[in-house]
Amino acid sequence: MIDEQLKSELSRQGIFATSLQELYNWGRKSSLWPLNFGLACCAIEMIATTMARYDLARFGAEVFRPSPRQADLMIVAGTVTKKMAPQVVRLYNQMPEPKYVISMGACAISGGPFKQGYNVLKGIDRYIPVDIYIPGCPPRPEALIDAFLALQKKIDAQQLTGADRPRHLNAELPSEFVVPQFGEHDLEPSKNAELWNAPLVQISTTTGGQS
Amino acid sequence: MIVEPIVESIKAAVPGAALEIVLNPSPSAQHSIVVDATHAVAVAKHLRDAVGLQFDYCSNVTGVDWLPKETSTTTKVKRMVDGVEQEVAEVTKTSTPGYFEAVYHLYSVALRHGPLVLRMRTIDREQTHMASLTPVWRSAEFQEREIFDLYGVHFDGHPDLRRLLMWDEFTDHPMRRDYVDPDDYEYEPTAHAEVLERARKHQEGAPS
Repeated sequence: MIDEQLKSELSRQGIFATSLQELYNWGRKSSLWPLNFGLACCAIEMIATTMARYDLARFGAEVFRPSPRQADLMIVAGTVTKKMAPQVVRLYNQMPEPKYVISMGACAISGGPFKQGYNVLKGIDRYIPVDIYIPGCPPRPEALIDAFLALQKKIDAQQLTGADRPRHLNAELPSEFVVPQFGEHDLEPSKNAELWNAPLVQISTTTGGQS
Repeated sequence: MIVEPIVESIKAAVPGAALEIVLNPSPSAQHSIVVDATHAVAVAKHLRDAVGLQFDYCSNVTGVDWLPKETSTTTKVKRMVDGVEQEVAEVTKTSTPGYFEAVYHLYSVALRHGPLVLRMRTIDREQTHMASLTPVWRSAEFQEREIFDLYGVHFDGHPDLRRLLMWDEFTDHPMRRDYVDPDDYEYEPTAHAEVLERARKHQEGAPS
């Protein structure tokens, strides 16, 4: 690693010094190509984010690709119905590494207002790994831009070597995940147990005890 | 709409059709006509084509699941008890089987009247066949498919009776009153009431 002070000293003299890791991460974070698909009303906010008023191009993510083969960021924008979930997972599997997922809005995070419905998936993180969650119903374009900046920060901080290296540099970690099948009553499996386990929550009521 | 003249018109045009008027006691007074499945297509054709009716537009088709009903009526009966005449309350219970119902809302664009509410019922909740009115009003096609999907009502004569919303492998009918939804209530951070109980069952199994 180069000493930060030395680096700034060199840059004052007109010499630019960097590390391969910084260059590599800078390249990845500055040109995220989102996959061009939306699922519900969050997609409208996503579209607004890319247009003139909010101008996502300022952050290098304006190239929405219609093919998963050319995209490295999936914005799950909207309600994921159980009928749509296998297709979303399949699209994710078809994206080349490195790939990232933004779970946009209450529905994509947990099912949102439809959480207790029979037909809505209770969070896309049951099937694919999610990097950034944005709450909101739907989130404002500023929130999506904030998610982009958070994702860029996350990419920027990644170490290319060592045990914490990102998934695409670790051959042992999977880049494809199980596509759920349409079952007689529900999707099978109803969650990817290797990926998602129910967080422990304290449920308390005024009448009953705690569990 | 005043349904009595329409019923008379149908009776004259389709002999043998079993018709029944269901009164709506609310201020809207949208009374409806129950039609039997065997004559439904003939009745529908009459409603669409007859001069003065011309219900050329079917705006909406809805399914309803009516559960079996048990009604008890109490009547006071005089009876001899231990040699003395006494007034005894007698309870008679009548049970009506449940059924599925399809409700059609009809308008006439040509004559600018409507809505006419047309109902069709299955015999009970096991015998789920009734007649499709898609051959008469094309707009009923998707809505009948939706009723087939969510209630499991089979519309005989429908050109393309497949599930509309759920996947083909799905075997349940979610809008039926006795539907049990899949138990994926592992994580309910704001659990309340029924959801609370279902979430708690998952919590008990998990390590704390």
